[in-house]
Amino acid sequence: MLDATFAALADPTRRAILTRLAAGEATVGELAAPFAMSQPAISKHLKVLEKAGLVSRGRDAQRRPVRLEPGPLKTATDWLESYREYWEESYQRLDALLKDNP
Amino acid sequence: MSVTVSTPSPREIRMVRTFAAPRERVFAALTEPALLKNWYGAKGWWLTDAEIDLRVGGAWRFVSAGPGGITMASGGVYREIAPPSRLVYTERFDDQWYAGESLVTAELTGATTLTTTLLFETREIRDHVLRSPMERGLGESYARLDTLFSERTES
Repeated sequence: MLDATFAALADPTRRAILTRLAAGEATVGELAAPFAMSQPAISKHLKVLEKAGLVSRGRDAQRRPVRLEPGPLKTATDWLESYREYWEESYQRLDALLKDNP
Repeated sequence: MSVTVSTPSPREIRMVRTFAAPRERVFAALTEPALLKNWYGAKGWWLTDAEIDLRVGGAWRFVSAGPGGITMASGGVYREIAPPSRLVYTERFDDQWYAGESLVTAELTGATTLTTTLLFETREIRDHVLRSPMERGLGESYARLDTLFSERTES
């Protein structure tokens, strides 16, 4: 599951789509607008995001708005945060070392 | 100035951190055993022994002490050495807490931003490494609980 999340997040277009969706749901057309990409190309990215559980599509047959699903994103962010915390202490010791011995 | 972590590709972890010191000094802190022993090691870990043969093809070997007195050894070979801007080396752990070998690239820019990119053999290994602090953190909490419980029983 998280493998799929990270694979989905590895692409800059998909990250940009998620950033846009954090501001609220949007149609495929609205999502495609800021990118130099066709709607089918955006739809392909959306399929990857949907498969990873990062977005869902609305039922409205005409618009089928895309929504952000925060669950897996939160888990992925938690991983990154715990990894960050795991190393921050070491970097703080380096700060002290660099300060102490000019 | 805290470290930021990202996953630029499915097999990589990248850490970016800024230091208030010139690149030369940060590079020295990455490559001189006496300096490394003062700072290097993830949460709860200290570097106790560092041997470095700083030339391309030269080997490095670290021994670290961790929670509860456990030790962990790792080592590798230097691939690129370009002070003060770039250092590339392989890394492998003796006890195989992750499989295979990773490639570590440290890039120093400005005054001074250190970008460390770890490239693993597979995405599964990368995810395992990324997940491990959380799992290890839980494990350590349980270990502390165990200690607490055993102390209670003894007294």
